[in-house]
Amino acid sequence: MIELPLKGLVVLEFCQYLSGPSAGLRLADLGARVIKIERPQGGDAGRKLAIKDMWVDESSLLFHTINRNKESFTANLKDEEDVAIIKKLITKADVLMHNFRPGIMQKNGLDYSTVQQLNPRIIYAEISGYGKEGPWKNKPGQDLLLQSITGIAHTTGSGTNGPVPFGIAIADILCGAQLVQGILAALIRRQKKSIGALIEISLMESLLDFQFELLTTYYTNDKQPERSHISNGHPLLSAPYGIYATADGFIALAMMDIHILAKAIHCKELEIFSKEEAFARRDEIKTILTVHIITEKTKYWLSLLQQEGLWAMEVFDWEKMMNHEAYKSLKMEQTFTIDGNEISTTRCPIRINGERLYADKRAPKLGEHNDKIVREVLDKV
Amino acid sequence: MNLLDDIIVIDFSQFLSGPSAALRLADMGARVIKIEKPGTGDICRQLYVSDVMIEGESTIFHAINRNKESYAADLKNADDLEKVKQLLAKADVMMHNFRPGVMERIGLDYETVKQINPSIIYAEVTGYGNEGPWKDLPGQDLLLQAASGVTWLNNNNDEDPTPMGVAVVDIMAGTHIAQGILATLYKRAVSGEGALVQVSMFESILDFQFEVLTCYYNDGNQLPVRSAINSAHAYVAAPYGIYKTKEGYIALAMGNILLLAELLGCEKMKQFNDSNDWFSKRDEIKKVLAEHLVTNTAAHWLAILEKADIWCAPVLNYNQLVQQEGYKVLNMEIVVKTSNGLSVTTTRCPIHVDGKILKSEKGAPLLGEHNEKIEKEFGLIKELQVSEKII
Repeated sequence: MIELPLKGLVVLEFCQYLSGPSAGLRLADLGARVIKIERPQGGDAGRKLAIKDMWVDESSLLFHTINRNKESFTANLKDEEDVAIIKKLITKADVLMHNFRPGIMQKNGLDYSTVQQLNPRIIYAEISGYGKEGPWKNKPGQDLLLQSITGIAHTTGSGTNGPVPFGIAIADILCGAQLVQGILAALIRRQKKSIGALIEISLMESLLDFQFELLTTYYTNDKQPERSHISNGHPLLSAPYGIYATADGFIALAMMDIHILAKAIHCKELEIFSKEEAFARRDEIKTILTVHIITEKTKYWLSLLQQEGLWAMEVFDWEKMMNHEAYKSLKMEQTFTIDGNEISTTRCPIRINGERLYADKRAPKLGEHNDKIVREVLDKV
Repeated sequence: MNLLDDIIVIDFSQFLSGPSAALRLADMGARVIKIEKPGTGDICRQLYVSDVMIEGESTIFHAINRNKESYAADLKNADDLEKVKQLLAKADVMMHNFRPGVMERIGLDYETVKQINPSIIYAEVTGYGNEGPWKDLPGQDLLLQAASGVTWLNNNNDEDPTPMGVAVVDIMAGTHIAQGILATLYKRAVSGEGALVQVSMFESILDFQFEVLTCYYNDGNQLPVRSAINSAHAYVAAPYGIYKTKEGYIALAMGNILLLAELLGCEKMKQFNDSNDWFSKRDEIKKVLAEHLVTNTAAHWLAILEKADIWCAPVLNYNQLVQQEGYKVLNMEIVVKTSNGLSVTTTRCPIHVDGKILKSEKGAPLLGEHNEKIEKEFGLIKELQVSEKII
């Protein structure tokens, strides 16, 4: 096993739900020691947020998915004794991160300038919903709401659908991932210049950045991007870009020359369209394709398309995907054990020096590491 | 001072996954040099979208490749390859997103590059990894969405599998490779060691689904069922979704159905008084709610719900979004300039450092724009050629 790149770093995670905690998870998988600082009553609200009503212990499976490989320390930030310990912990930490609404950390007396005085080398990282100024700063930073406000829901689904959001918490996940980038870059600077940093990001800025291709095109032509009426794969892209039903499933067609496609799949009706019309007349082209592709099975089309080197793929669900050697060869799953039960989850997607990064440490019980951490803090004083 | 000052990144990658990672590194202060094929360059230069182009090049190329330099080199030409190797000797990071085997054939695989520069961070993005039956398939965003099951999570249940309409796989893979590069650069700053960092688009889009995949792994492998109407997340209870109103759409996140019924004056929804039913009966609940919300405008409902601190929002398109004070206050737009005088409006880096937003005015480079400068600066010009010039 390689030595993980962030070995020796201590991260204090004052975060709840997904955005901040997913950042903490990535830092942990890269080798940092991540300590969740939680309220004594209930802790991270994510402990009680379940999907499909799945629970592992007193906390949800969702919490266990996001918070494995971490420790938990409970502290009442309104209690002087607890705050004194937290402040000592801060002097030993490399990174402090939080995702409270603007103003909360000031009220707790743990804003950047206070923390910086305790530890000038600390990387102080925070996530807000909509930034720290403006009329939306106190709005709840919730994923679906951010998708709705930033225009994402107008990129997905077809023109005949209403707005369709992503069925995954894209704002939380991307924002957490970008916070990690900022933290790591600041740690690099600290190693050279011995100075700390304040890293801030908002869910809204992350989602605007996410749409940078669409927005740059919008700024250039001032036209709201429209989804194609059928088989929309991306509002900016020409036919055939999208997913089509076959006789026994679905197939995805990416960018390709419409004439080469017509030849490859023996679709004469497509030949009347010029290459230049593949965007402007995409609905007509896609309609012809829809009628044509449903007549044969996925395998038939794939072999014709792949022979020509065209970009096509069968649409898999998880069951089919997981039975495929291509999935198995990734060895993407790992397990941890809690109260005698084995739980499977995914591993970190990054490989270093050819090695996959696995971590079998389960998520902590609320306050599980209090004694250990208090002892460590006091010992070193 | 910038976070990544003095870091030199040599980027051989094309399209979006690798180049988006390099853009992030550039915005945080690294110097990014794109190595491009003479004549055509990064294929993305010709990837026109939506019939819109800027000076004959695609809008998205300009968005992805601002704040970088371009060095044109034919990697099949021995002299060019030699110069690139000299450049790599002085670089901190090298990245590429070629298919497996291509860099080995060119002679710039990790083992070779490590000989030239032992402390380099060598980063690669592939489609499906370097092993397994799909390793040679094209690493294209929509195809990866198709392969990874993610299309079964969007839209209503009676709709076909629906891809996400933004290149989410490229962007997540780019985000992950940037994380890996930064983590190993940190370690290098401590210990001096270089590293190989690899990410595949397949692993990235699986990681993106980590919450719901973990659910699937542990629930006896029950495939996700999208809600029949107003679907926004296959695993979340009513009212989670987007609803049509008399004028405009509104989004409702997790919330108490009874409280909502009270606030919205929706008597019929009060029958769902057991919170345990809010997942299993979500289609029925959503139907009642949808029928009620369509009777008045988005503005009307939002005024009621926001006052009660319910998690709700309007659903905006870009035309509406850019009018909002909450958008303007972010100062998200920047104008970059290319060397031939072209101005392009695009978005800035989302990360703030030490209270400042990161802005750069440098537009995307012309193909090979910086050859001469880079050759001089890094001493890539052979002695003979230098003396010829002097004579």
